[in-house]
Amino acid sequence: MRAQLKPDGNGRKFVKVFTILEKHGRKSSRLVPILQAVQEEYRYLPKEVLTYVATALDISPARVYGVATFYSHFAIEPKGKHLVRLCDGTACHVKDSVPILDAIRKRLKLEGKKVTTDDMLFTVETVACLGACGLAPVVVVDDQVHGAMTPASSVKLVEEIIAQEQS
Amino acid sequence: MNTQLILDPAAGNGRKTQRRVIVCAGTGCVANGAYKVIAAFTDQIAAAGISVTTEFQAEQSQHDLRLNKSGCQGFCQMGPLVTILPDEILYNKVKVEDVAEIVRETLVGGQVVDRLLYVDPATKKHCQGINDIPFYQRQQRFVLKECGTIDPESIQEYLHQGGYAAARKSILKMSQEEIVQEITKSGLRGRGGGGFPTGRKWEAARTQKSVKKYVICNADEGDPGAFMNRSVMEGNPHSVLEGLMIAARAIGADETLIYVRTEYPLAVTRMKRAVQDAQKMGFLGDQVFGSSQSLNCEVMEGAGAFVCGEETAMIASIEGQRGMPRPKPPFPAQSGLWGKPTIINNVETLAHVVRVINQGADTFRKLGSTASPGTKTFALTGHVANTGLIEVPFGTTLREVVLNIGGGITDRRGKVKANGFKAVQIGGPSGGCLTQEHLDLPLDYDSLRSVGAMVGSGGLVAMNEKTCMVSIARFFMDFTQRESCGKCVLCREGTRQLLVMLDDIIEGRATGETLVLMEKLALAVQKGSLCGLGKTAPNPVLSTLRYFRAEYDAHVFHKHCPTGQCKALAKPSIDPAKCKGCMACGKKCPVGAISGERKQPHVIDQVKCIVCGVCADTCKLEAVVGV
Repeated sequence: MRAQLKPDGNGRKFVKVFTILEKHGRKSSRLVPILQAVQEEYRYLPKEVLTYVATALDISPARVYGVATFYSHFAIEPKGKHLVRLCDGTACHVKDSVPILDAIRKRLKLEGKKVTTDDMLFTVETVACLGACGLAPVVVVDDQVHGAMTPASSVKLVEEIIAQEQS
Repeated sequence: MNTQLILDPAAGNGRKTQRRVIVCAGTGCVANGAYKVIAAFTDQIAAAGISVTTEFQAEQSQHDLRLNKSGCQGFCQMGPLVTILPDEILYNKVKVEDVAEIVRETLVGGQVVDRLLYVDPATKKHCQGINDIPFYQRQQRFVLKECGTIDPESIQEYLHQGGYAAARKSILKMSQEEIVQEITKSGLRGRGGGGFPTGRKWEAARTQKSVKKYVICNADEGDPGAFMNRSVMEGNPHSVLEGLMIAARAIGADETLIYVRTEYPLAVTRMKRAVQDAQKMGFLGDQVFGSSQSLNCEVMEGAGAFVCGEETAMIASIEGQRGMPRPKPPFPAQSGLWGKPTIINNVETLAHVVRVINQGADTFRKLGSTASPGTKTFALTGHVANTGLIEVPFGTTLREVVLNIGGGITDRRGKVKANGFKAVQIGGPSGGCLTQEHLDLPLDYDSLRSVGAMVGSGGLVAMNEKTCMVSIARFFMDFTQRESCGKCVLCREGTRQLLVMLDDIIEGRATGETLVLMEKLALAVQKGSLCGLGKTAPNPVLSTLRYFRAEYDAHVFHKHCPTGQCKALAKPSIDPAKCKGCMACGKKCPVGAISGERKQPHVIDQVKCIVCGVCADTCKLEAVVGV
């Protein structure tokens, strides 16, 4: 079970963060691994947790926020239940990964800068390279790698998840 | 202490050969169902009544068969791969349904299942194993040699291959000077991109007077289209760790760190496991190999910033800062992590170090060229028949790599085309393009630099004649402008403006001035950036401008994309001479823009057309042109 942040939560919601901080000896040099562990727990980096981390490590919230926004792995917005990552590395790109992204986004009605569906079921991202270039183009759904994809097969993949969720 | 387990790599082990079934569990084969194949083997072997083990056993095994998974065997296109030893059989594209037959025919009956062998498309010959398949035959695998056979999660098996002999030798029998001298003599150059002589780097750190020193293994392989380091870490993690230990001994460091890209979860797991196992064996910790030395190692995950592959940015990231580079000097060898002398070596470099110490600098120098000795791994991808991971000596020609090992250039349907070669992009976003005229160019650090490209980490992306080079330049520029850390104005703003200009070209807004300005700005970004990212970011633009000027001119002056890839400029039409009026394209067109009677040439309505290219993909006669 992943911890959930309750909007009206009291201090208890930081218990997990507290454990993470302790594990890393409350050293500011461990900021990156600390944020990774926090994100592992909450699936993103909630703002109040960032402030809490800053206070606990005795560094400015600006530094924590700076680090959290610098690295693409960190998300400061909540992510959907299923993470769809499309590889747009060179090998996937030359094998037409962009039409796949367009097709998935269209199916999930994601427009403009939106990456997460309104029902919080999907987040669709592109990544620079997953290192599975031999299988290009690649789509990764919740850590499961799917190779040699087409726009049609990726939409099917998404639809299977939707069907599963509804059943 | 278990150092007695370390074997002399030269000595044979003299035990009875046990039959082995090795299923590739690299990322590629796993995606194609390798784990299901392993499960099927487990069931079928048990059903056949064969005594089987999955563990490596140092002693003579009482089991007839060993079933294990390995790291990437390299031939990713043909996965899942199953290797059977000592028969030297390589089955490819093995499905769960094939397993029963393999068990029955090969494991019980001793026969080869012909239909699962690789068929050489050129000779139509069925190739039994890696000694017959041209893809492997033409390679010389050292760093990758064990990747496809040993169980990456078994330190025992690594030890049995002569593992940790080099680390023990350097810690117990060699002085720091001797190690550095040997590495310098070998001429080993950094495999991560720049090609800096490893021995010189080590010497600079060794001579620093500091009690505390660090060694970092750079496993932040960020180049899109490159996966050599991932494969080595997944396939033979102990070789990386052993190289790291030798480096630490050479400069007198007691703390080491492996900075792995977070996008490689399997590599992270395997490296962590390797470190834990080495600790248990007493190879890490206090009194390593029974000496007075202590040596520790930590595995750290990156957080998705390409710039962290740069040494000083990586150090900043480890220190808990944003990964921004700082000016050099001082070099990390003088003042690196926490201000202490630090050396940073690439995964592959460290794996080569082990071989240099084991076999000596002279043996290492026997392969490769004088200025670039040894072998190099490349990730061969894109429009080639055999995509995968390869290792060849430096100096091998591009023709050999792409056309012979790669098996030729493929079209958009995956069929090999004799004259399809257009270009190879080497070195990722920092590299450049090589064209037809470079096919006989030897691949090494210096000859690549002379033509405006670089080895980089070793990504080789082959492109067929349907690839638009302006779009490729845009692709890399989009990448570098996103990954620019923002410290240097010219890199931050310059790459952004270059991207805007490339968009103008692709979307038909550019004029002759755009090209002049773009070239000028590209040179300025090179000059005005601090680190390698900015300095090399304009390379793809400059290199495509140099070799494919005509293609830029067509976009700018004629508002025409010769490959039809740029949608804004594409005007798809149907060649009436080729169209047989089969109506297939009309049925697929999502907007109903194609009209025409059966057996009569069809016509595309330019107003309705959304340039999606479905018609071109559908037409078997290649009658749709301009898209």
